Amino acid sequence: MATEKTRVLGHAVERLEDPPLVTGRGRYAGDINFPHQLHMRILRSPHAHARIKAIDTSAAEALPGVFAVWTSEDIAELGPVDFRADRASEILKPYRQPVLAKGRVRYVGDPVAAVFADDAYLAEDAAELIVVEYEELPVITRADQDPGEFDTGFGTEAALLTHTFGEVDAAFAKAHKVIELDLLTGRHSGVPLETRGAIGRYDAARDVLELHGAAKVPHRNKDTLVGMLGLQPNQIHVHESHVGGGFGIRGELYPEDVLVLVAAKRLGRPVKWIEDRMEHLMCANQGREQRHLARVAVDETGRILAMDDEIFHDQGAYVRTHGSNVANRTMCMLTGLYDVPAFRAVAHFRLTNKTPCATYRAPGRFESTYVREQLVDAIAAELDLDRITVRRQNLIPEDAFPYVLAFDEPHVGNLEFDSGKYELLMDKALEAFGWDAAQEDLARRRAAGEMVGTGIGLFLEEGGRGPSDGAIISVDAKGGIEVVTGGASLGQGFETAMAQLCAEGLGVDYKKIRVVHGQTDRIPYGIGAHATRATVLTGGAVYQTALTLRAKALDMAAELLQTPAEALDIVDGVVQKRNDPAGPTMTLGDIAKRLAPGSKALGGRAPGLWAEDFFNPTETVFPYGVHLAQVRVDPGTGGITVERFMVAYDVGRAVNPAMVEGQLVGGCLQGLGGALYEEFAYDEDGQPLAVTFADYLLPTMGDAPAIECLITEDAPSPLNPLGMKSAGEGGINGVGAAIAGAVNDAIGIPGAVARLPITPQRLRTILRAAQQN
Amino acid sequence: MSAKRNITLNLNGRDHAVSVEPRRTLADAIRDDCGLTGTHLGCEHGICGTCTVLLDGEPVRSCLMFAVQAQGKAIRTVEGLAEGDDLHPLQESFMKHHALQCGYCTPGFLVLAAGILEKDPDIGDDALAEALSANLCRCTGYANILKAVRAAAQEMRRR
Amino acid sequence: MKPAAFEYHAPATVDDAVALLAEVAPDGGRVLAGGQSLVPTMAFRLAQPPHLVDINGIAGLDRIEEAGGRLVIGALARHAAFHAPVAEGPLGPLMAEMARHIGHAPIRARGTFTGSLAQADPASEWVLLAVTLGASVTAQSIRGSREIAAADLIQGAMTTALTEDELLTEACVPLPAEGTHFGFAEFNRRAGDFALAMALAAYRIEDGKITDARIGIGGAEDRPRRIGQAEAALDGAAPGAPAFEAAARAVAEALDPMEDHATDAAYRRELAAALTIRALKRAQP
Repeated sequence: MATEKTRVLGHAVERLEDPPLVTGRGRYAGDINFPHQLHMRILRSPHAHARIKAIDTSAAEALPGVFAVWTSEDIAELGPVDFRADRASEILKPYRQPVLAKGRVRYVGDPVAAVFADDAYLAEDAAELIVVEYEELPVITRADQDPGEFDTGFGTEAALLTHTFGEVDAAFAKAHKVIELDLLTGRHSGVPLETRGAIGRYDAARDVLELHGAAKVPHRNKDTLVGMLGLQPNQIHVHESHVGGGFGIRGELYPEDVLVLVAAKRLGRPVKWIEDRMEHLMCANQGREQRHLARVAVDETGRILAMDDEIFHDQGAYVRTHGSNVANRTMCMLTGLYDVPAFRAVAHFRLTNKTPCATYRAPGRFESTYVREQLVDAIAAELDLDRITVRRQNLIPEDAFPYVLAFDEPHVGNLEFDSGKYELLMDKALEAFGWDAAQEDLARRRAAGEMVGTGIGLFLEEGGRGPSDGAIISVDAKGGIEVVTGGASLGQGFETAMAQLCAEGLGVDYKKIRVVHGQTDRIPYGIGAHATRATVLTGGAVYQTALTLRAKALDMAAELLQTPAEALDIVDGVVQKRNDPAGPTMTLGDIAKRLAPGSKALGGRAPGLWAEDFFNPTETVFPYGVHLAQVRVDPGTGGITVERFMVAYDVGRAVNPAMVEGQLVGGCLQGLGGALYEEFAYDEDGQPLAVTFADYLLPTMGDAPAIECLITEDAPSPLNPLGMKSAGEGGINGVGAAIAGAVNDAIGIPGAVARLPITPQRLRTILRAAQQN
Repeated sequence: MSAKRNITLNLNGRDHAVSVEPRRTLADAIRDDCGLTGTHLGCEHGICGTCTVLLDGEPVRSCLMFAVQAQGKAIRTVEGLAEGDDLHPLQESFMKHHALQCGYCTPGFLVLAAGILEKDPDIGDDALAEALSANLCRCTGYANILKAVRAAAQEMRRR
Repeated sequence: MKPAAFEYHAPATVDDAVALLAEVAPDGGRVLAGGQSLVPTMAFRLAQPPHLVDINGIAGLDRIEEAGGRLVIGALARHAAFHAPVAEGPLGPLMAEMARHIGHAPIRARGTFTGSLAQADPASEWVLLAVTLGASVTAQSIRGSREIAAADLIQGAMTTALTEDELLTEACVPLPAEGTHFGFAEFNRRAGDFALAMALAAYRIEDGKITDARIGIGGAEDRPRRIGQAEAALDGAAPGAPAFEAAARAVAEALDPMEDHATDAAYRRELAAALTIRALKRAQP
């Protein structure tokens, strides 16, 4: 990291967020309370697919302490939960989820009724007293089984999505070899440690409806709510406090968020809803479940001529705020960082009677990287070539940037890879891992009877998608600095990153900066924090604004200090002469005072030491990575031990290396969870089988290998002044691929791991079949 | 609902007189009846450890006890680790070692670690990692948590 | 996940406790000891006992002591109490090793040994120990007290021979004969999880041959039990691979394993066999 030239940018400084969090003074949704609040409890469907014949809420309503009980009839005027504005798609609209089930339930957990009571225990008692009569309907549990009926006139294949370029069939016709794989990524999800929560409050004095406990995309959600509730934008505000992790699944608009708002207004009391863990594992967005019938055509050297993939994407029971985004990302990122001349992907976007799905960290990419890298390993096995050699010769070369993937379909945007030194990172990673020495060492261990192996996954990520974000930075009379953004913090260190960028641009101590995010009443616009966007996009805006503010401050200081602005510098909030730091100085606070409205020093300037600016990138940035794994298999138990794992990632420019590493290591362990432990299984009636932490297995400290990180800045992005690409999804993307490859290598059966997660039981089944053959 | 009972919870050395149903968990009583929201709920079935408190010096899962059972016990929560403005070595170490991201699991880990180190200040690395495996974290991947606790243990032994 | 309402009782003596149970158990009243198994089921509302009889305040129930050739374990002896060996000879270290596999330390700080027996989870380490070593329990009610052999107590998954109003007041584990070797092996997805299978091996060696072999398998069927066919394969054989493998094959043949969506019978059979060999090896001096 080039930190000698910077004061705080690129330094692993301690986080601003931490002091309240280590002292137990955080304010998560569960900690927010208002006087006279009601607690909401949702009654949920016990069936995966059924018609609702009748609902009797009388016993529940009669329970002392119960204020109201609602069904869909009580909110008949409310439409379904809408897509985010940028995901509007007419053909998917019929598949949106109603706020409370209307006539039909489509997954176990589908909200059927809402109880509003004086306390959470009572609300749960009351929910048990609601009697619902159901008529069960046929259940679809797999995206690769024949579609059925979603509703009258609408089948469960909601869309057939296609991404193509080049002459695919011609390439397959003349290929030296065609390799086909049938691969499955299992259903799993982010599962943050804090469950969802929402508190609705209607401030009648100001006629403002407030949503507390918001996260991720506060302004986007506010816009959606304005539409759904028929409000003016200044009649509703969304407030984020502390958030216990998001990983893409928290913060999207859910039925419960809408309910607490409607109820707060209509019932005249604040309404608090805190999800319990069982609900979370049944209802919060899930993801990853896809089946890929993937084919690759190669020449005799292992060079890829074409890729073809038929995908069955399991969307669950409804289409939520992301529309078909995840299926699209799967397809457009499938070729990854390889130079593939011809490509076709067709995705069956199908609904099933299971929990609805949406984005989970590296959405579509954990899946497609697994598929692509298994294909590449299969090429190597089929042609008896080294796995690294095959990769090397298919990588997009350094001189090919910007590299454009132009899809034939007009509605599918092109991808323009900004910069990348893929081969360099691969070589650096192999060297840092000691790959060659490891191969020798493992050969010795195999000769001694151990089942050990290595795996590799190369991948591309994406981030910093625009179109625009802004920031407002102001300095007060005492030199305190406030940065107001429309960003969001889910625990990733957003405030610290923004403060570092502001500090670097303005010339102040980052600890004197207060960063505001997630408050729609403080700034009218905001992109939130998602899709690895905050550092590049909002951070880009903060940096830009800080520079603008710096120029303003120096312009005033130049006049007051009788020195040209170019000859001045700002160090720790003090304006000083570059060639005479011990000479006359002014603090930013002094300047702010001189710029107060009505001040004689103003001249023709606008008052106040503050600035607002925007960053408007036209293209996305593409960080990239290499994952390397070494595993040992216990043939007796099928147990898999991850002995080593390396995450190598080029982030362009790291704002805070410690936070980057934190993102990579944390993401990596989530990836290991998805590769080895976590799965939302369902039985053939659509009953969810993993609804407690005893069944949905999150990795513990004991399951975590020592994860090695190699963070490089070899290919900064030309798309923003600092070259940032950021890191949020780089830890998780390639883990499925690397682990599958390593297990295949360990057991000596190419392509054996056709399904994730690879569990001891599944591995024993593979080994048993191999022994019998 | 059954009749509420008047009990006294001793939290961080201070008595709190509360009136609770027998079914009210210790975690909920600490958070909502006594207003100490640093102790968190992550699963309410005893697996994640975000509700960990010290009960007479032992780390326990407060979601698996009822408040009425805690009468007469000395309970310490994350709010009781610092002494006024002086942070506990564990708290300082967590900040120094980037051992938290969203912070939701942090109070549980701090209390668990405090309990472990107070009982066994010389605990070895492997035993420490095994003991810390009791709690879940979804953000950090655990490496920095272990580093932070190790460093704090050294500091605590030094003091 | 808040529990349903219940009336709470905290008796000070065993007599008071059983008197209460006689009254409330017919309506579904339950004993609250460690709570580490009961309270989660109440949180899920799978169990909604209208009464809880909290025995944590009864003095003297936490004793662990050797008496009459047995280790006597009171109803409030927590799993954590076994971390350090509680008996002379090999039983203490065996229990210390097995205890480490029960959940995590905060669970072990509250959960109790006899509570595990009353719970009768198919993957309970203490149930495996009890049936393999021939332990017994004392069950008390207003009708008096009776001693029940562990193998008779455990009748199936989460099912015991106890009547609804009986309280387990203590368990007795016979102290092993001089020269007994123990070996324990379990396999689970993550440390602290319930085992997918576990094996407990015990034997002595006389004149270079195994004698008094005991093989207990847990986590594989609806209850942990001794596998007589495996023991027969070991008795009289020299300790070593051939005998251990024979015992493992006998285990695989004898088991009628549980199945669920993630784990089939074939897997459990193979796993139990593999763990049998590991346990036997670990016992080997």
